[in-house]
Amino acid sequence: MTRTPLRPLARILSARAAGENPDVIERENLAQRHEAMRTRTRGRAEGRLLILGFAFLAAFGLIGMRMGALATATAAEPQLASSGTEILAQRADITDRNGRILATNLMTNSLYVQPKDMVDPARVAAELAQIFPDLDAAALERRFTDGRSFMWVRKVLSPEQQQQVHEIGDPGLLFGPREMRLYPNGRLAAHVLGGASFGAEGVDSAEVIGTAGVEKALDARLRDPAQAGAPLALSIDLTVQAATQEVLEAGMKMMNAKGAAAILMDVHTGEVLSMVSLPDFDPNDRPQPLLTGDPGDSPLFNRAVQGVYELGSTFKIFAVAQAMDLGLVNPETMVDAKAPMYWGKFKINEFEGHNYGPLLSVTEVIVKSSNVGAAHIAMQIGGLRQQAFFKSLGLFDATPVELVEAPGAKPLIPSKWPEIVTITTAYGHGMSDSPMHLAAAYAAIANGGLAVKPTLLRRDAPLQAERIMSETAARAAVSMLRQVVTRGTASLGDVPGYAVGGKTGTADKPKPTGGYYKDKVVNTFASMFPTNDPKYVLIVTLDEPVETSGPKPRRTAGWTAVPVAAEIIRRTAPLLGLRPEIELGAPDGLVAVNN
Amino acid sequence: MTEMVYGSMPARVSEPVLPRWWRTIDKWSMTAVLALFGIGILLGLAASVPLATRNGLEPFYYVQRQAFFGGLAMLAMLGCSMLSPAMVRRLGVAGFLVAFLALAALPVFGTDFGKGAVRWFSLGFASVQPSEFLKPGFIILTAWLMAASQEVNGPPGRSLSFAIAIVITGFLALQPDFGQAMLVLFGWGVVYFVGGAPFALIAVVLALVGGAGFVAYNGSEHFARRIDGFLSPDLDPRTQLGYATNAIQEGGFFGVGVGEGQVKWSLPDAHTDFIIAVAAEEYGLILVLCIIGLYATVVVRSLLRLTHERDPFIRLSGAGLACIFGVQAMINMGVAVRLLPAKGMTLPFVSYGGSSVIAAGITVGMLLAMTRTRPQGQMSDILFQRGR
Repeated sequence: MTRTPLRPLARILSARAAGENPDVIERENLAQRHEAMRTRTRGRAEGRLLILGFAFLAAFGLIGMRMGALATATAAEPQLASSGTEILAQRADITDRNGRILATNLMTNSLYVQPKDMVDPARVAAELAQIFPDLDAAALERRFTDGRSFMWVRKVLSPEQQQQVHEIGDPGLLFGPREMRLYPNGRLAAHVLGGASFGAEGVDSAEVIGTAGVEKALDARLRDPAQAGAPLALSIDLTVQAATQEVLEAGMKMMNAKGAAAILMDVHTGEVLSMVSLPDFDPNDRPQPLLTGDPGDSPLFNRAVQGVYELGSTFKIFAVAQAMDLGLVNPETMVDAKAPMYWGKFKINEFEGHNYGPLLSVTEVIVKSSNVGAAHIAMQIGGLRQQAFFKSLGLFDATPVELVEAPGAKPLIPSKWPEIVTITTAYGHGMSDSPMHLAAAYAAIANGGLAVKPTLLRRDAPLQAERIMSETAARAAVSMLRQVVTRGTASLGDVPGYAVGGKTGTADKPKPTGGYYKDKVVNTFASMFPTNDPKYVLIVTLDEPVETSGPKPRRTAGWTAVPVAAEIIRRTAPLLGLRPEIELGAPDGLVAVNN
Repeated sequence: MTEMVYGSMPARVSEPVLPRWWRTIDKWSMTAVLALFGIGILLGLAASVPLATRNGLEPFYYVQRQAFFGGLAMLAMLGCSMLSPAMVRRLGVAGFLVAFLALAALPVFGTDFGKGAVRWFSLGFASVQPSEFLKPGFIILTAWLMAASQEVNGPPGRSLSFAIAIVITGFLALQPDFGQAMLVLFGWGVVYFVGGAPFALIAVVLALVGGAGFVAYNGSEHFARRIDGFLSPDLDPRTQLGYATNAIQEGGFFGVGVGEGQVKWSLPDAHTDFIIAVAAEEYGLILVLCIIGLYATVVVRSLLRLTHERDPFIRLSGAGLACIFGVQAMINMGVAVRLLPAKGMTLPFVSYGGSSVIAAGITVGMLLAMTRTRPQGQMSDILFQRGR
């Protein structure tokens, strides 16, 4: 049994003693204690109610202020929280070797619609079709009203178009900022740059990705956030590129060629200073690839890198240079050049049935471009050593230039190498290479025998290169090439002061069905200048040229590619900083007077 | 003398009900509630039209319904406010028992109206949400138990009421209806706080609530998504919150004009949870501040009046009723301005909803009954020097 203490004990005891009822006292005491406790809790509750009241006042005040802040904030275009990774814009610029812009970015706007917000889809469709004539009003209206909530209309807009769209004034038409790739030089260096298009697209930005050329080959570098803003410097010299393109285009028209290519390369570093392929295109508005016919006829086709041709007599210098390097011959050695030459069932002729034999010096083999002489020299070298030399020149592999097209442009090499192949490749038939291959191989001869890796990126110093022939042999070969110009097949190629040397090549085009065309040739002039200390190699290739100024059409490189190359050298050598070495004649009867 | 003998003097045993009611009622709070109800009808004219259009009814169908239920609610409010505190206690506890049974029967007889939570009884012409009616009854019961526990040798009211609160919370969480569950716990907390909770215990309870929130976050995808949406700094413009924020911005100070608002067409809950956005868009910040001011008037005035109250039951129940009423409005508006995570909660008297408005009428009616002016024994204090 629990006992409750009697309170107040003293009074209860005395009341008991007095015989009174102590319960009354106890009740009274209880009431008093109760009263006191209530007073205490009331005081406490009063404070707490005030706290609550204050808290509510503060909370309502906060909501009111927040409402006020929201209501007075300027309404912004609602931004959709982008999901996933942010689209990285800001592609690096591409410049030429001197920092002049070849490719940059331009802020513009894309146009999209949110048909749910559209007031009058029919009117919007009609007005859009007026601004963009390639849009069809009926089709647009159908798509605006088929319940979709979002639709792209245009990826990029010109400022004028944007203003016109603004003037339609429909709330369902919205613009998203777009960074587009711009090639301010238009068609210049189009094949080098390639082009770019949009990848992943969001409302706020779109990814720009390369579609061809350097833009695609170096896409990762151009989009690398770590190098954001650092422009990519190419080896191209914009001025030289422009001059080359201009001359080559004129030459191509003059020689009635359907295509042309030119490569100008620094022989020490392998840098490509200009690379032109014609016909070309504007990378700002890249044409669609051809769906039918020969892709080689598309302007997108880069003849300088992708066009693999039998490059003809330009190859003869390789056999001669190798033979001299191996000590088999020297420039004065007489070799058998009796034409026609028979090898098994094959008959090897000279051009137009000439016969330069029975014996010809090695120098004359080059100067006169003797197929038979070159064949005999190659047979002395032998197939194995010839293949090894071609490989060291880089003629067996795809070129390493930084174009996405380059790795696909593999040379066409015979799978087996019987002696007849040794003979035909000595004068450039039986294997096909691109002008870029030829430029690198000629650069190796021109620089004194060091292998060259062509590049489109600016290199400030020559790379450590492997020696592939002795310097003496290379010098002797250069001297022979000089003589081709001074007294041989390329006499139209001489440019006063620049000591041009080079070798012509005329190859019949193969028919797709087998055999060769009689009247379709590829003319090549592989040249270097100045030959006393070669600095640059220039390759000019014309596709199906014909020179018609004479009584009968001429299709040899000496008449077509050589004069074009000469004009290019005349125009570009000063731009390259070469000083012409002209022997000053006596002033004609005038005496300089110093007043 | 004759009159004295024969009793012809008017024998004023007690004052008539209505004059006494009018003399003692908190007229400011009552006016504020009536004004809120009026604003609710006004906003319903704008906000419920899209719903009626969607459901193929005549445009003001829901306004008429709301006026009818609102009328019932006003009657309930006036009726309740005329009750004596003891009567409020009896009816409140009885109501609580009925509502609790209804709540417990929900999993068996309830319907979810395709909204994913079983909260309603469908009666054909209308639906009833028992949890709305449960709240005022629960507050009354809690206040009664707490007040009793303060008596000398009283029952263990705190533990009892807390156990009841936990049971109710469990039922509400089953539906699931975390909003109402939080309100119930909050109401109990307020009563306990005013009734003299030690501050250490308050801290523990807050920690428990936080823990429950954490469990709910991890356990309920519905809940987690709402919290995530709140914590993310980005606002998806296609969510209800995005539309609401945009509407408040559009409205500015004076609104875009009556009937000119657009947000009501985009928001499925424009007539209930986001009615404040409709108000902000069509009538501007002015009306929103008025609404906030009216709620603040009711809550703060009631709390201030209760500070003079001597009866612990009246004090506790009044404080609890005022706070659940106020906090519901606060949460609703706090969500619309992104101060609080998204939580479906109606704006009392303003939002559309029959159960909601009638329950709010009962709540406020009981509150008004509690805050009526009464003799508080000041004279005896002065005379007997007690109560100091």
